[in-house]
Amino acid sequence: MKIIVAIKQVPARDSQLRVDSAGKWIQTSGLSFEINEPDAYALEAALQLKEKNGGEVLALCAGPAGASQTIREALAKGADRALHIEDDTLNDLDTLAVSRLLAKAAAAENPDLILTGLQSDDLGYGQTGVVIAELLGMPHATLIMEVEKKDAAVRVKRELEDGWFQHVELPLPAVLTIQSGISKLRYATLMGIKRAKTKEVKRLTAADLGVELQPTITIDRVYAPVRTKQTQILEGSAKEAAAKLVEKLKFEVRVL
Amino acid sequence: MSGILVITQQKNRMSAETLAAGQQLGAALNLPVSAAVIGTSDAGEFADKKLDHIYTVDDPLLKAYTPDGYTAALEQLIRLKKPQFVLLPHTYQVRDFAPKLATRFQQVLVSDVVDFRAAPGSVVMVRQLFQGKLNADVKFGGEAPYFASLQAGAFRAENAVRADTPVSVESVPVQLDASKIRSRPEEPFREAQRAVDLTAASIIVSVGRGIREKENIPMVEELAKVMGAELAASRPICDNGWLPMERQVGSSGQTVAPKVYIAVGISGAIQHLVGMKGAKTIVAINKDANAPIFEVADYGIVGDLFEVVPALIEEVKKAKG
Ligand SMILES: Cc1cc2nc3c(=O)[nH]c(=O)nc-3n(C[C@H](O)[C@H](O)[C@H](O)COP(=O)(O)OP(=O)(O)OC[C@H]3O[C@@H](n4cnc5c(N)ncnc54)[C@H](O)[C@@H]3O)c2cc1C
Repeated sequence: MKIIVAIKQVPARDSQLRVDSAGKWIQTSGLSFEINEPDAYALEAALQLKEKNGGEVLALCAGPAGASQTIREALAKGADRALHIEDDTLNDLDTLAVSRLLAKAAAAENPDLILTGLQSDDLGYGQTGVVIAELLGMPHATLIMEVEKKDAAVRVKRELEDGWFQHVELPLPAVLTIQSGISKLRYATLMGIKRAKTKEVKRLTAADLGVELQPTITIDRVYAPVRTKQTQILEGSAKEAAAKLVEKLKFEVRVL
Repeated sequence: MSGILVITQQKNRMSAETLAAGQQLGAALNLPVSAAVIGTSDAGEFADKKLDHIYTVDDPLLKAYTPDGYTAALEQLIRLKKPQFVLLPHTYQVRDFAPKLATRFQQVLVSDVVDFRAAPGSVVMVRQLFQGKLNADVKFGGEAPYFASLQAGAFRAENAVRADTPVSVESVPVQLDASKIRSRPEEPFREAQRAVDLTAASIIVSVGRGIREKENIPMVEELAKVMGAELAASRPICDNGWLPMERQVGSSGQTVAPKVYIAVGISGAIQHLVGMKGAKTIVAINKDANAPIFEVADYGIVGDLFEVVPALIEEVKKAKG
């Protein structure tokens, strides 16, 4: 089974974010980056499927040159090779434009399965996998917790709201978007890191793929949210703040 | 093209919120608002709302949800009725099919919208970036229809305007081909019965990824114990197996409304907030003053939970004598 995993590089989770001077995105200089968390689980799911059923895992990433770090990590964890669609202007695009790039690059590989994370931690549109499926004419399922390979199909467990789940069977080739936390993530071994250096990373550009980089929807302005609720911040040392909170809980909220 | 079409999801409270938002957008833009009901010929709970039309789209192939079936049916409805805006509730089901539907129209769904500013000729959708840490104004482009899905709780269902006259209900026939529906859904199910009912608790101490390691959980467990509270958690804590799944609060866990909810090291992602926003009093303990949890908190302590929680345990013990 040939599996493509689409991975994205995003600012590290606890980053302090600042809006850039144009007010259209964040200042990226000085930030550290990591793989988008749900994508890490998509990669893990792909590697587990390969271990069970054999085949090949390809990491597919659209991003700036700096994303090669995240690609190397995917290779070190066990992806066999990678496709890097290198572009510095992807932040100005939307899901459809980026999905066109990813779909075009993926199609050339004739995969049996394409996995993505269910959403990105930066933009959070939560659509890339679904749009890729539509562009490639493949069936899809989202919010996937488990994947079981059948003959020419996969049977997956989908998450629904409020603790409900559902199994769905899809014929291959198909696209799945993977939920975070569904298994334990592996670490790259020393051996894996060494071997990653010899693995193939094919660089592509939008021009190579014949895709026009034109967004349909645009971000007009990025800003800190306006607080609607008045939060009483209890100041002081840990002990002082704790004492103030207990007083509030005892005398105002009356629960102690 | 004109008008606003609200696509509802049966038995989902977010449908009424989206309907209210559709009416607001319609009022701002001077556009008529209609609603679509899928998989039934019964206009149901929407029949008493002030709407131009209710379109029911029913077919045996729409009884069980599939992205192929829903997309095909809604594409036909939209091509026929030509709305300028299509609004949907941002449910898990909508996440599954709406991006596909928008792509059919060479459009991009503006997903998880929390607000909008609209006047004739100018519509701006507001949505969150970075899990609620920043906001963005997003503008539509290209040719209508323009698609947006609305975040749970962002619009108030009770603002929906009722109809003074009965709404016309039109059944819209669609052509669906069984062979084009590729996924085979099975019956939804729930995992083992929940042994913990968090909804009955009057105080909840809830722990998030700020706790760092499983070995640190007993500290918050003790805080819960001295306060007489139930212990709950954000999703990553349950995913890691540090606490059982049944203690998870949020869109895929339990929805709680205690007197007091104390969030310890929880950032306040929307999927967590929808499960606890209804608490009477919310306390947040977080080292990041910009964490979105402070958006909903009544009381906040900005600090290191590893110092604040032990201090709190001591103070509670003192207060209880
Ligand atoms: C479809 C879907 C469904 C989901 N369902 C749910 C759900 O039901 N419930 C749920 O909770 N989530 C759910 N999530 C996940 C959700 O999006 C967030 O990822 C999750 O809630 C984050 O958990 P957290 O706040 O514990 O972790 P993080 O977001 O990592 O936040 C940790 C916080 O701890 C703070 N912190 C770190 N160290 C310290 C310290 N020493 N002292 C004080 N504070 C500290 C940090 O500042 C940060 O704010 C869902 C996501 C999706 C996409």
